[in-house]
Parts: sequence; C-alpha cells; structure tokens
Amino acid sequence: MIDGLVSGVLPAEWWTTIARLSNLAAAALFIVGIKMLGSPATARRGNWLAAVGMAMAIGVTLLDRSAVNYGALLATLVAGSVIGLIAAKRVAMTDMPQMVGLLNGLGGAASALVAAAEYWRIVNTGAPVPTDTAVTVIAGLLIGGITLTGSFMAFAKLQGLVTGAPITFPLQQPVNFSLLLGFVVSGAYLLIHPGDLTVLWLLTGISLVQGVLVVLPIGGADTPVVISLLNSLSGLAASAAGFVLGNEMLVIAGALVGASGLILTQIMCKAMNRSLTNVLFGAFGSVSTATGDGGSGDAGSHTVRSIDPEECAMMLGYARSVAIVPGYGMAVAQAQHAVRELADQLERLGVDVRYAIHPVAGRMPGHMNVLLAEANVPYTQLCDLDDINPDFERVDVALVIGANDVVNPDARDNPQSPIYGMPILEVDRAKHTIVIKRSMNPGFAGLDNALFYEDKTMMLFGSAKEKVSELVASVKELS
Amino acid sequence: MSETLVTGLVVFVLASFVGFEIINKVPPTLHTPLMSGANAISGIAVVGAILAGGAAQLSGPTILGLVAVVLAMVNVVGGFWVTDRMLQMFKK
Repeated sequence: MIDGLVSGVLPAEWWTTIARLSNLAAAALFIVGIKMLGSPATARRGNWLAAVGMAMAIGVTLLDRSAVNYGALLATLVAGSVIGLIAAKRVAMTDMPQMVGLLNGLGGAASALVAAAEYWRIVNTGAPVPTDTAVTVIAGLLIGGITLTGSFMAFAKLQGLVTGAPITFPLQQPVNFSLLLGFVVSGAYLLIHPGDLTVLWLLTGISLVQGVLVVLPIGGADTPVVISLLNSLSGLAASAAGFVLGNEMLVIAGALVGASGLILTQIMCKAMNRSLTNVLFGAFGSVSTATGDGGSGDAGSHTVRSIDPEECAMMLGYARSVAIVPGYGMAVAQAQHAVRELADQLERLGVDVRYAIHPVAGRMPGHMNVLLAEANVPYTQLCDLDDINPDFERVDVALVIGANDVVNPDARDNPQSPIYGMPILEVDRAKHTIVIKRSMNPGFAGLDNALFYEDKTMMLFGSAKEKVSELVASVKELS
Repeated sequence: MSETLVTGLVVFVLASFVGFEIINKVPPTLHTPLMSGANAISGIAVVGAILAGGAAQLSGPTILGLVAVVLAMVNVVGGFWVTDRMLQMFKK
C-alpha cells in the first residue's frame, strides 16, 4: 500500500505539511491558469496549467492516509473520466450551453454529496457533530442541491425537453417562500438536535425541489444569466464542501469559480439591462405586455422593403465596409460556415468585413464567438458592442442574420418598450441595413422591431442558411 | 466559531477578491471557455469525494463519496477537455 509506504518513510506531521504545500501549489496553478484564460494568446496554456493543478490535488489526496480503498477509488475515477471525455469529445459547439449546464449540475451534486457524506460519517462514529460542521453541511446541501436540479432544469429548457417559455403557477412566490422557510426551520432543528439523519435527507429534498422551482419561471432568453449564476453556485458549493472538510484548497478553488461566475452574471444582466432579481423573479416574456408597435416613430407607415439575393449581393460586393450581425437564429440554422464563406468572398472583392457580436447573441456568455471560431472566423474580426457601435456610421451595409431584439432601436428610443435601456447594436446608424429573417415574427421578447420598417432597411426573407448560400453564389459572380 | 472556520472564511474572502481581480477584464470572446474552464476547477470537490469515499470499509457515507468521485471526475475531465477543444479553434 502506498499509504503504508508514505507513512513508513515520513513522519505523519511531515506528510501533512507536504500535502498542504502541494495544495497551495495547486491553488496557485488555478489562479495563474484562470488569469491566463483571460487572453486569447495564453488561454490554452492557462487551461492546461489549471488541469495540472487539478491532477496534483487529486494525486496528493490519493496518498492521504484516509484514502485506502484504492480499487473502488480507481474504478470511480476512471469511470468519471471516461464519461467526461466522451461527452467533451462528442458535444457540438451549438450545444455548449447544455454541456456547461450539465457539468455545473454534476459539480454541485458532488459537493452536496461530500457534505452529506461527512455529516453521515460523523454521526456513524457516534461522536457529537460540531455546530460549525453542521452549519457548513447545511449550506453545502442547499447550494449544491439547488445547483444540481437548477442546472438540469436549465439543460431541459435549452434542449427543448421543457418549454423555453417561463412556467408560472398560482401562488408561486408563496410556495417558494414556504419551502425556504421550511429549509430554515429544518436546518435550525438539525442544529439543536444534531445527528438526526432524516432531517438531513429532508433538507436535501427541499434544496432539490427549490432548484427546479427557481429555474422554472425563467424564460429561454435569460439562459445566459442562469447558466452564469449556476456556474457561480457550483463554485460556492465546492467552497462549502471545503468548509465542511476544513480543506483550504477547496475553499480557494470554489471562491475563484464563484467570483468568475458572478462577474459573468453581472455582464449578462447589464447586456440585457435587467437586474438579477428581475431575471429570477420577473418571469420575463410570460406576460404579453408587448404593446405591438409601441409608438415606434413611423407607426403610420408600416411598409417593409424586401430585396432579392442578387440585389443584396451587389450591395454587399460594392460596399467598402460590411458588418455582419449574427444572432442565435444563425446558429440554429447552422449557417455560420456559409456566413464565413460569404465573408471570404467579400474580402476577395476588397470589402472590409467585421462581425458585430452582442453579449447575449448566443445562449451563454461568449457563445457566438465560439460558434464563429468553429467556422474559422479569426477572433480579430469579432467586435464587441462598445467597439463597433461608434463605427456603424462608417459601415456601408450591416447584414443582420437571425438577430432581432439586440438590434431593435426601440430599446434606445422608445421609453415605453419593455426592452428600453437594453444596449443594442446600432445597425440603424449604418448606411444600409439588410435583415435576413424567416418571417416578420417577433423575437424572444415578443416585440415588433422598428428597424424593419425603416427606409434604409431591406428584408431578405427566408432561412438563414439558404439565403446566405444564395448570397455566396451571387457574390462569387461579381468580380 | 472555531479556528478552522475563521481561517476558512479569511481564505474564502481573500480568494474571492483575487478571483474578481483576475477575471474582470476578460474579453467577451473568451467568456465561454472561461466559464467551462472555471467549471472544471469547481470539480475540485473530487478531493473531498476521494477522502469521503476512500475508507477501507464500505458504508453509506463511503458510497456517497464514491458516487461523488464519479460525478466530480465527469465535471473535471469533461470541463478541461471541452475548454481545450474550444480554445484550439481560436485563431488570429
């Protein structure tokens, strides 16, 4: 046994010191790794450094004197790794939000299980459960449980297993509140009467139900916020497990993830001009308060100009500067490769092509960037909101593909609009705008879009993939 | 509060500040890989799971620990791998 080896060679306290120092090194690798993930040039190495930190942490833990059942540990470690590897290799880039959602959930579940197992173990020894441990176990169960079922719920919504529309039922808030109250009361009971396992399972059950109920009323358009928040929670759950075990590395790693998830949550909320409470409890999109044309300037003259692909190709081909605005509709149609081909053809004609990416263009933060990267679009051509907006006036043609609410000028001009205040890509400032859209159906927020009725806007009706392919063919003929 | 809990809180608060500090200026292009990479790191719970599941005698708590090992390892390996898959697509 390795355990025997180590403890035979080294005095126990030496071993403890070595293990703690090694954990410190692992934590440092996590910090450096995350830091390097922040720049495209170093990101890949950063990810590997973090993975090395993880391998170190696992290795040292396996040498710990309380880990002796090597057969079972090896089997479970390998089983988990194989499942993870297969999933990571197979998942399509469009399904990345679901993948990250599931992984968040599993991380949260593991943390909750660790907390529950430690409590159970102490009860089995017959020793009294220290209050500190009990409090942290309860916190770990709550956070981990909510992360697990909340993530699975988000997965089901993204995957279309459950409707993406917000699900509400009568007395929703009172039900949620009484569940929370029930959790607090049971938690307090467990602190006063430690060792009651039935109450422990009751707490677990409540937190699991709570996770479902929290995500249920949240609409599909808000998933970028939900995924980010659950990401943050999965980190906090790991921290809680660290508190339970008195393991500083778990606390550090969990806090880092918690912070990163929270920052992304904030960025996503800001991109939609919503507060976190509004996202969680607002059931956005369920009420059709959308006031139709919402006084959008030229309400009288609702004429739409449509354009055919040949004409559109001419406009694009003879432009100096084109900004492509991809929305989730483009990703759903799997049109990103065709879009890249179109950009290639335009560049051949000397057109300056850029991509204008709204923060919530995809289903999770940065999702659209990944989808375009998969289609070999260089990341230097991807422009953020703040970079491209001041520049739209110099753009000859803005080509909007499968995006709607994120280019709706009402968000800027019409205080009555439900999305008023949301930062948009100001394509209406470009000299011309072409919108590829299946029909005049409204977007996620259920709103009409004033952009479509503007004089400079032309609509190219049809599926994104088909129309873009036709554009490619037509542009090819230009020289 | 015990010494361990206080130390834990100190470490937690400081680590959170470090996290906010190093992540705050990440460009949107990297938000998805950042999240999946961070997600893999949250699989650090595997350490706790190994300690909980590694006891010589199989019992209720040990079984919970072993289940946790599987789940956390899916999280760790899946997370790091998928992050790498995305990052190798990013080109200048």
